[in-house]
Amino acid sequence: MKKKKLSIRLRKHWELYVMIAPAFFYILIFHYIPIHGLLGAFENYKPHKGFFGSDWVGLQHFRKFFQTNAFWTVVPNTVKLSLYGLIAGFPLPIVLAMCLNYIPSLKFKKLVQNVTYAPHFISLIVMVSMINNFLGVNYGLVNNIREAFGLGREQFLTDAGLFPHIYVWTGVWQGVGWGSIVYISALAGVDPELHESARIDGASILQRIRHIDFPAILPLAVTMLIMNAGHIMSVGFDKIYLMQNSLNLSASEVISTYVYKQGLGSSNYGYATAVGLFTAIVNLIMLVIVNTISRRLSETSLW
Amino acid sequence: MRKFINNDKVFTIFNYLLALFFLLIAFYPLWYVVICSVSDPSAIVTGKVWIVPADVTLAGYRRMFTENDIWFGYARTIIYTLVGTCINLLFTIPAGYALTRRTLPFRKAINIYFMLTMFIGGGLIPTYLWMSKLGMVDNVAVLVLMGAVNVWNMIICRTFFDTNVPVELIDAAKIDGGSEIRIFTTIVLPLSKALLAVMTLFFAVGHWNSYFTAMVYMRSKSKWPLQLVLRSLLLTVNGQDEGVGNGMERMLQLQGMKYAVIIAASVPVLVIYPFIQKHFVKGVMVGAVKG
Repeated sequence: MKKKKLSIRLRKHWELYVMIAPAFFYILIFHYIPIHGLLGAFENYKPHKGFFGSDWVGLQHFRKFFQTNAFWTVVPNTVKLSLYGLIAGFPLPIVLAMCLNYIPSLKFKKLVQNVTYAPHFISLIVMVSMINNFLGVNYGLVNNIREAFGLGREQFLTDAGLFPHIYVWTGVWQGVGWGSIVYISALAGVDPELHESARIDGASILQRIRHIDFPAILPLAVTMLIMNAGHIMSVGFDKIYLMQNSLNLSASEVISTYVYKQGLGSSNYGYATAVGLFTAIVNLIMLVIVNTISRRLSETSLW
Repeated sequence: MRKFINNDKVFTIFNYLLALFFLLIAFYPLWYVVICSVSDPSAIVTGKVWIVPADVTLAGYRRMFTENDIWFGYARTIIYTLVGTCINLLFTIPAGYALTRRTLPFRKAINIYFMLTMFIGGGLIPTYLWMSKLGMVDNVAVLVLMGAVNVWNMIICRTFFDTNVPVELIDAAKIDGGSEIRIFTTIVLPLSKALLAVMTLFFAVGHWNSYFTAMVYMRSKSKWPLQLVLRSLLLTVNGQDEGVGNGMERMLQLQGMKYAVIIAASVPVLVIYPFIQKHFVKGVMVGAVKG
């Protein structure tokens, strides 16, 4: 059958295009058009002169960033926090999902699920406020407990060495239940007959987890890992910024907070754009590398 | 055979303990906030509050009711959330549906157009400069428009329609002469209540909890959403600043009110989510996984 002319096919689907149009134009205006601002990374950008009137400085901002001391704190901090978060936060949702999958009591399972989801819905402002209330030196719960056991009060919140642990494990607390949802539904999709016949053959639960459940969620786990690897250089701004104080800054200043302060705090637009662009490029490279490795090893790939 | 069954029993016991551990770890901090909100501040700071409230009082809540900033922030956030969520749904769901229609010319190209935004973009500063050129700085429009289309959610919608709405149904309706928009509103949407519920929750919670956009773009305090008000209230007494500058009296007041404020800010979200959570696993996420 010959395909109809394109103009006719387009006209026939005009309603579908109307449905897509709002999203299309939103993405165009809020996402694609701002990309032209990356020109600022190579300019001594002045808002009143615009991107096409400001002086061209080439790679000067990038060179400056690589030469500052900030580079040697901000980049390692970012990588450290996101890798730590990835390693700590990746396996636990899988463990929780596996665990719930073998809870015979449906009621108890639902209860655990509902309670572990709840922290996900707490705003970061509230979350950080809770962290301060739990770990504060004068009134914090943890220090109250320490004192009750005759241990001294500790300055948890201003200790740069503790910052990564506090940041990552509170994140795990907030995210583990929510993160388990996709795995729970993947496990629910496993054919029950597989389990049934394995049980008849005398396989224990642990053997079934290893040989049935684990292979079933592996592709999903790999996909999640690849997606996360694409963000290695962009650890979330929101929570870190709220947790920063002048004494933990040596561990808590990351690329996103640095860009925010340089760009919107000190109006070094060109410089901040350059730092942001550098991050985005590294993220993209990481994504491609991890995706390639994963395709070779497990044939799971994003594209 | 016998041995395995015994092993399974041991496993199940450990498994229950593990689940109990997850449950308590998630539950206790939330519980602690609740009991602190109804306890006397001085009982909290002296470490008497631990498993049940001590010196029960509603002073924290009473004090909170006198802070006008909170209530105005609350009202503004409700408006931003309502308008923002409607825009989200209107922009994301019809587009997600249209992209499942296989006869649509340029379907693949449009898909790539949306997907690419997950990997490339201008970043904070270019976006800010462009927004300020559009007059979005200190403009409430930015609060309801920022993130109007969430590509990740759009993928979830797409997969949901793909797996839950039979193509034959749509084709039959087309043969009967139904227009695409009519088919969408009268056939597809009624089949997609679970998706609508979950998307509404995702978007609404996102608006309710966000502070970053407001912090970057909003200059005047009179337009601040609740979260920014909370930030100035809850986090000014931060880490090393604790106890500095304020008298002990004000400290204790703030300390007592804090927990009540945390509860008030989180209750709307925690109240709607049990109604919607039943759709999570079965209705929506199964599709997302297969996609």
